Amino acid sequence: MTAVLTRPTSDVAEPESPRRRATGRTVSGILIVATVVAYLVFHTTAAADAPDAAAFRFLGDVRDWVDANRDTHPVFLYGVNYLRLGVRLLVDVVRAALAGLGLAGLVAIAGAIAFVLGGWRTALLAVAGLLGFGLLGLWPESVDTLALTLTAVLLSVLIGVPLGILAARVRWVGAALRPLLDVMQILPTFAYLAPMTLLFLIGSPAAVVATLIYAVPVTIRITELGIAGVAPSAVEAATALGSTRRQLLTKVRLPMARPTLVLAVNQTIMMALSMVVVTALIDAPGLGVNILRALERVNVGAAFDAGLAIVIMAIVLDRVTTAAARRRRRDWRIAVPVLAAAAVIAVLPIPDGLPRISFAKPVNDLTSWVELHWYDSTEGLKNTISTVLLNPLENLLVTTPWWLFTLAVLGFGLLVAGWRAALIAGAAAAGLSALGLYQHSMQTLATVLVATALTMLLGIAAGVLSARHDRLAAITRPVLDAAQTMPSFVYLLPAVALFGASRFTAIVAAVIYAVPPVVRLVERGIRDVPATVVEAALSAGSTPRQLLWKVQLPMARGGLLLAANQGIVMVLAMVVVGGLVGAGALGYDVVAGFSQREDFGRGLAAGLAIVLLGVLLDRLTQGFHRAKGPS
Amino acid sequence: MTPTIAVRQLWKVFGPRPERVVGTPLADLSRAELRARTGCLAAVRDVSFEVARNEVFVVMGLSGSGKSTLVRCLTRLIEPTSGEIEIDGEAVREMSAKRLRELRRHRVAMVFQHFGLLPHRSVLDNAGYGLEIQGVGRAERRRRAAEVLELVGLTGHEQQLPEELSGGMQQRVGLARALATDPAVLLFDEPFSALDPLIRRDMQAEVRRLHAEVGKTLVFITHDLAEALTLGDRIAVLRDGELVQVGTPEELVGAPADGYVADFVRDVPRADVLTVRWIMRPAVDGEECEDTPLPSGTVIRDAVARVLRAERPIAVVDGGERVGVVDAEQLLPALLGHRRQVPA
Amino acid sequence: MKNRQLSIAMVVTLLLAGCGGAKSDAGDNKPSAGSKGTVKLAINPWVGYEANADVLAYLLEHQLGYTVEKKNLKEEISWQGFETGEVDAIVENWGHDDLKKTYIEEKKVAVEAGPTGNTGVIGWYVPQWLADEHPDITDWNNLNKYADLFKTSESGGKGQLLDGDPSYVTNDEALVGNLKLNYKVVYSGSEAALIKAAQQATAQKKPLLFYFYEPQWLFAKEKYARVKLPAYSAGCDADPKKVACDYPDYKLDKIVSKKFADTGGAAYGLIKNFTWTNDDQNLVSDYLTNQGMSADQAAEKWVKEHESTWKPWIPAGS
Ligand SMILES: Nc1ncnc2c1ncn2[C@@H]1O[C@H](COP(=O)(O)OP(=O)(O)O)[C@@H](O)[C@H]1O
Ligand SMILES: [Mg+2]
Repeated sequence: MTAVLTRPTSDVAEPESPRRRATGRTVSGILIVATVVAYLVFHTTAAADAPDAAAFRFLGDVRDWVDANRDTHPVFLYGVNYLRLGVRLLVDVVRAALAGLGLAGLVAIAGAIAFVLGGWRTALLAVAGLLGFGLLGLWPESVDTLALTLTAVLLSVLIGVPLGILAARVRWVGAALRPLLDVMQILPTFAYLAPMTLLFLIGSPAAVVATLIYAVPVTIRITELGIAGVAPSAVEAATALGSTRRQLLTKVRLPMARPTLVLAVNQTIMMALSMVVVTALIDAPGLGVNILRALERVNVGAAFDAGLAIVIMAIVLDRVTTAAARRRRRDWRIAVPVLAAAAVIAVLPIPDGLPRISFAKPVNDLTSWVELHWYDSTEGLKNTISTVLLNPLENLLVTTPWWLFTLAVLGFGLLVAGWRAALIAGAAAAGLSALGLYQHSMQTLATVLVATALTMLLGIAAGVLSARHDRLAAITRPVLDAAQTMPSFVYLLPAVALFGASRFTAIVAAVIYAVPPVVRLVERGIRDVPATVVEAALSAGSTPRQLLWKVQLPMARGGLLLAANQGIVMVLAMVVVGGLVGAGALGYDVVAGFSQREDFGRGLAAGLAIVLLGVLLDRLTQGFHRAKGPS
Repeated sequence: MTPTIAVRQLWKVFGPRPERVVGTPLADLSRAELRARTGCLAAVRDVSFEVARNEVFVVMGLSGSGKSTLVRCLTRLIEPTSGEIEIDGEAVREMSAKRLRELRRHRVAMVFQHFGLLPHRSVLDNAGYGLEIQGVGRAERRRRAAEVLELVGLTGHEQQLPEELSGGMQQRVGLARALATDPAVLLFDEPFSALDPLIRRDMQAEVRRLHAEVGKTLVFITHDLAEALTLGDRIAVLRDGELVQVGTPEELVGAPADGYVADFVRDVPRADVLTVRWIMRPAVDGEECEDTPLPSGTVIRDAVARVLRAERPIAVVDGGERVGVVDAEQLLPALLGHRRQVPA
Repeated sequence: MKNRQLSIAMVVTLLLAGCGGAKSDAGDNKPSAGSKGTVKLAINPWVGYEANADVLAYLLEHQLGYTVEKKNLKEEISWQGFETGEVDAIVENWGHDDLKKTYIEEKKVAVEAGPTGNTGVIGWYVPQWLADEHPDITDWNNLNKYADLFKTSESGGKGQLLDGDPSYVTNDEALVGNLKLNYKVVYSGSEAALIKAAQQATAQKKPLLFYFYEPQWLFAKEKYARVKLPAYSAGCDADPKKVACDYPDYKLDKIVSKKFADTGGAAYGLIKNFTWTNDDQNLVSDYLTNQGMSADQAAEKWVKEHESTWKPWIPAGS
């Protein structure tokens, strides 16, 4: 369901000539040697980051200023505070509407809508799903989560669709938005909760705004894709008949982009849902609260119940919107009575007499068993990876002087990604030390790199397998879907039980989090290799192994590199959350800044450092697949 | 009488700062040189022609020669760089946006190579689109759309979606859409190139029939010489954006302006296109001729049997006057060879 | 329905606020006065706190007829809630002199509402089985001797001292340095991670030295021994960089918003009067965590069995 959204990568590089490739090799050889020599000469003793860098103080001051002026400065009096009130009003209206319907009413309405949009199968799914909330005993929480999600989606669509249209139609708007959206999409959820509370304080409004910021890039991006993808021939034909601009938009572009627009809504919902759960950290009501509380009490089972409710909600919303995207004729002779019947049920007072079921106990039993019996082998794994990979890499990175790191990023960036990406990445690298968080950034980077390597290893293996075995793919797909929708927090506890509070725990959680999209992209890349090519290779007598190594993998390179790019961004997001389970470094700084007043500046700076790290990694890998990928 | 369409010194240059090209020495450069020097591409260069009322004017050329650009300049779907365009004597380049929309809505319609149908609308609503955006009421527009659909032979398909139709039928919808607003001028940009040969022939016949029935001025773009020859009253040949020759099919085949056109028409069976005028020779003094002369407009193929059976040369007459004679000797090269012929 | 009225109220507020701009507490116009309104309790993320809050909430609802809204918030953010009107009371506060300074003295949006009667203890702990095996391990002087036992992948060759959620009060980095201990402080990042580590240390018999605190429900389940650090004396922790002594005992207290103190009536009275023992709190914590009771059930059970404890809390005349 959660189709991985890829950022558009349109530049197609000229094919490389053999000579250029050869000089490229020499240059990278020289670069590597130079870097190694420079490292040997200049490496440092990795002095810890100063506890009180200028950046921290500055950000701390910003916070104090905001605190002091919240009720006096016009920006707040007439801007931010109104925004907060307005959003709050909207949330309350949506929630009141949903809650007012009651369980039976909401089930009936949702079922009827699903029926009209998608037929009886979708309707059945919607009814079963919504009843599931009641069965799990999570009805009020689910309504809260649904209300927050729908509000955020509504706002995202209201803001994102017009912006997406503008971006597709007006060149400079598109150009101006692109880098902004890039950054917004790499921002780990964790990094902007603190700024949100600074501006909007705690509660539903801050949660909705945070969710909006998280989800709206997707709305804009997909809308832009949809509008830009409208067949120019149809637009031209309509122009030739004398359509005005408005007529072109309302009668041609929007209707033709409809399936893509629905996809935009669908993806926005998925993004919003995952963020709404996280906003429980800033006092947003709903299922996220259950998960957080379960975590505080170290109760994986209770978290599982709430996680399951979220997965159900995701599946229902996804199927209903996907069905809406399909262009089919709706039979209003059936639809109208169904809707009417649902409306009748909605106004009848029907008590909720559902039995309760919970998976908490079996899940807890299973977790305890795993924790008890796997501990020794997991200890070995953790220690091996830590000593063989993580510690040496981290040591290398933290003892590299910041300027050498910046130069190396610049140099290799130039080589693999072009001067533009290299400059951006280099600036990001320099920014890390300007923020006074170079050491922590390098520690986080080391963890991210190891986690990405493991993610790619597992993801490619699983992706190749499911691309080659349809049956396996059919089994793994729903598992991957669910895994991607489960809020990431749920994975933290089992991981921490098995691996202790350690960087490796964050790595494990990150791998679990990032593998599904990688598997998906790899599988798609391999399956997209044209059947004719495969046929030709087979008829030339290739063995399946040769087919894989000589044809499918090389031809799927674009997909693989895209997977690496996506993987690394997701890993970063999760490694940062790993600050909650002992991964330390930037993630810990953010968590600390979030909960300790005197650490606020440092936390915000760490949030910025995470963004810079994300930009750095993204530019390098995206540049890589742009420059080298067979587009 | 004013020509329906008049085009004078029309230029379209794509690229950075296109206006610097026209009227400067740059304009004399060849397309490739201009491109190397300025990065600009002259898609249409200094083109002039006129199309008379009810004429079928065909523009022909290889792919990339600027045909589509030219035809789009006529209603400013592509904004020309310089030159004049008049439709029914009115200067198109001077028109306001509103007036231009009026032109497109009521007077000039276009049919496209890739149909350009709206996939989310039924065939009927596609055909009625032009009327809809003019604000014609629903009942009226449906009635007229149904009428034109009948005209193009699509009755019974009104409620289908375009994707449910074959390519040929989709283009009929495109045609119906263009006809629905009853414009005086129809522009066709390679409308049948995407269709199978058999269907293409049907569609050509359809266009001929419609032209005969509704009598419109047609500008028809094609890269297919056979199509040009069957449809065109006159044909314009475009190369690298420049007009190399404008003339009747006969003139093109009989007297190509240069090697480019000659190459184009080389494989045309000359006997099918040329008239006997193109092969007759002056009568030798006192030459004896057959009793019945041939009118000079007779296509060679139709004259073959008589000429070969005749014992003496046959006189060629234009009106009542004898303009020359033909015998088997002139006939054979026309039937066999591709030698360049010069009309007497 | 309540929500709908709220929304209408808010529209009105929006309109009224139109001329003067919106203050940050605009929209929170629900009466927190004695009209049997709503009391908004912050719920900080540990079970002991919840025990306090649950019992108070139960009494507020069933004895005094208020509605209680519980808000799950970290400490720092709860304090922010005083300013926005999202929070009426924090019912177990651990020190936080900096926050008191900001919100009570400077901003004047909060006031103290007396001690809870609980004593908070912070210290270093090891699993009981480890203390049994090495009785001298509970003296800090011997910690260096055992540093090897506590080595992990995260401690870089030294012994590991596992700390908790960054929001907790801690001097551990300074202590390790000033006591010249061959240890490295590793931050687990959350209470959950800390508890998991402790549970595993007991279940798997893995040595673990960790920062922890009482009252805490974990002590009702498993036994841990406290390591003795150099004794606390008043002022020995004045300079956070030079600390070389144990943590003091904290007198846990309650903080309420100024507005609530002024207009909260009987609800404020109840919260101000509330005081009980560590045993009381641990009992309710145990109901909550290990007996699988809901907040309401746990509070109800305790209230039924301890009437003499809570009767005096109820303000006279209500
Ligand atoms: N929008 C444009 N920008 C730049 N070059 C164009 C554009 N449209 C067409 N061209 C170029 O102009 C030339 C003529 O194109 P076109 O009119 O489409 O030719 P035809 O229809 O005869 O195949 C081609 O070389 C084409 O690449
Ligand atoms: Mg063309």
